[in-house]
Amino acid sequence: MATNATSFRSKYRATMDHVVTGLAVLATALVVVPLIAIFVYLLLKGASSVNLDFFLKNPVPEGESGGGMANAIVGSGVLLGIASLIGIPIGIGAGIYLAEFGRGTRLANAVRFTADVLNGVPSIVMGLAAYSLIVIPQRHFSALSGGVALGIMMIPTVARTSEEMLLMVPNMIREAALGLGLSNWRAVLSITVRTASPGIITGCMLAFARVAGETAPLIFTALGNAFFSTNPNQPIEALPLQIWVYATGPYEDQHRLAWAGALVLIVLIVLAVSLVRYVTSRGVLKGAS
Amino acid sequence: MPKTEISAVRQFLNSRGNSAIADRVFHFLMVLCALSIFGIVILILSELMLRSSEAWHQFGFRFFSQTPAHDRYTGLPTYWDPVNGSFSALPFVFGTLVSSLLSLVISVPLAVGLAIFLTEMCPRFLRGPLAFITELLAAIPSIIYGLWAVFVLVPLLREHVNPMLVKYFGWTGFFKPDNPTGLGYVAAAVILAIMILPIISSLTREVMTAVPHSQREAVLALGATRWEMIRMGVLRNARIGIVGAVILGLGRALGETMAVTMVIGNTAEISRSLLANGSSMSSVIANEFAEAVSDLHRSSLIEIGLALFVVTIIVNAFARLLVWMVTRGAPARVH
Repeated sequence: MATNATSFRSKYRATMDHVVTGLAVLATALVVVPLIAIFVYLLLKGASSVNLDFFLKNPVPEGESGGGMANAIVGSGVLLGIASLIGIPIGIGAGIYLAEFGRGTRLANAVRFTADVLNGVPSIVMGLAAYSLIVIPQRHFSALSGGVALGIMMIPTVARTSEEMLLMVPNMIREAALGLGLSNWRAVLSITVRTASPGIITGCMLAFARVAGETAPLIFTALGNAFFSTNPNQPIEALPLQIWVYATGPYEDQHRLAWAGALVLIVLIVLAVSLVRYVTSRGVLKGAS
Repeated sequence: MPKTEISAVRQFLNSRGNSAIADRVFHFLMVLCALSIFGIVILILSELMLRSSEAWHQFGFRFFSQTPAHDRYTGLPTYWDPVNGSFSALPFVFGTLVSSLLSLVISVPLAVGLAIFLTEMCPRFLRGPLAFITELLAAIPSIIYGLWAVFVLVPLLREHVNPMLVKYFGWTGFFKPDNPTGLGYVAAAVILAIMILPIISSLTREVMTAVPHSQREAVLALGATRWEMIRMGVLRNARIGIVGAVILGLGRALGETMAVTMVIGNTAEISRSLLANGSSMSSVIANEFAEAVSDLHRSSLIEIGLALFVVTIIVNAFARLLVWMVTRGAPARVH
């Protein structure tokens, strides 16, 4: 009897082990399926509409076929330019503080924690903040306000990745620079930051790609514009905004353009993510030591 | 904390004086950049409070709980009536909570399963690509998830899943067949689940790898099977961090805007059926803000945004603390 019970018990344990293994594999498969589905649909529906017209022509009135998203692509470029001007210098500065000056201090821990928390704040709230900060005093929607909203969103990401990259720079390099009699700021800027620059640049690209797909903060700041515009003081079109308008509209032609726009966006993002992964895993930084 | 040698060298160099001013200015600028992160939080908070004061004075706390008026003809409560100036955030709070919690129910088991597979079972050659794939899922913008949901997921739910839910679970009263569009809380929850899965699973993986190997080896040495080792050696040690990861996912789900806006149906109603159309806090802002009809309307929407900001800050801070408690010893990673 005793042996029977033990063998039942061990069989139960073995079965349980197999069941859990199966469930974990199933969960993994279920996670991979939507990703593959999204990419297959983007390629199937988007690839046929990505042509020269898409990049060179402005949108046509609703109901007509043809047209492209030239104004949206240029508009996204303007918005992202403004965002980078705000987000990248401040973000890198905060990263330098965290890695070079504030290591282990209470202030640095608080800044790091706040940056992480700020990363999780919904993007639409950033839009509301930019609206009340810029659109209300100016009394009109503008590319500037959209760029500011996106720039604020870039700061925590850039700061945290810059910090990580700077921490990977070996201390010997800092000591060598200081040992040669360089002043502190010069050592940080020309030696430490320079050494970590491939990593910092890819970190900035990651933040750039992330805000490139943001729609929510632009709805009531950049607003959208059916015409070609590069004026930062006027409403401007952006790729994700255009995708939103086209996807929720009733026209088949616009749906096609929405898929094409989504494909262009995702290619940009996949490139950035792969580059970041390449730089951090291959240890481009380690070569410098 | 390499304090000793470096600071001695720096002190010597700083004391030479020729670069002391430049160094101090540089240090000051970098501190300023770091402090700007606090500045952003305070700025957002103060701006939103300033601009929502009108709604706050008009409604106070009842803004989040009242049922203002009933429709003259149908007798149904009208929570959100911009034209007549009566506003209550109740249906949006309800929609946000229902869709987020439902998405957690779907995504948590999958995320933990994926993390277990990746850390404990996965053959080495699959680990890199799978981690990369989950990273990619996290980087896809909300609008693309929304696009995919509108054209692929919603028709799928409408044709196949929703009828099945009605047929087998209709008796619970949560699934009623009165919404032919396929939009609604369930559609929002499914797309949210796909979106927050990578966040939960990558953090779960992080806390699971932070569990020391000696724990696993000890349990295995006692004759445990692999599952028993995972359950007793890994999950039990990592549970606080996993809870933190789940709460962080909740924080993302609460504030997610575009994808939800595109599939939740956008009606300011509260209904018991999960297949009905609804609206979330972020979706109502996205839909109505640019075309707000009055100052009170705009101010009410900003107050919803303020509530969203405060809630996500609290949820995120709590989650980060929990994760930090587990991974304290391990090297830090971004996100």
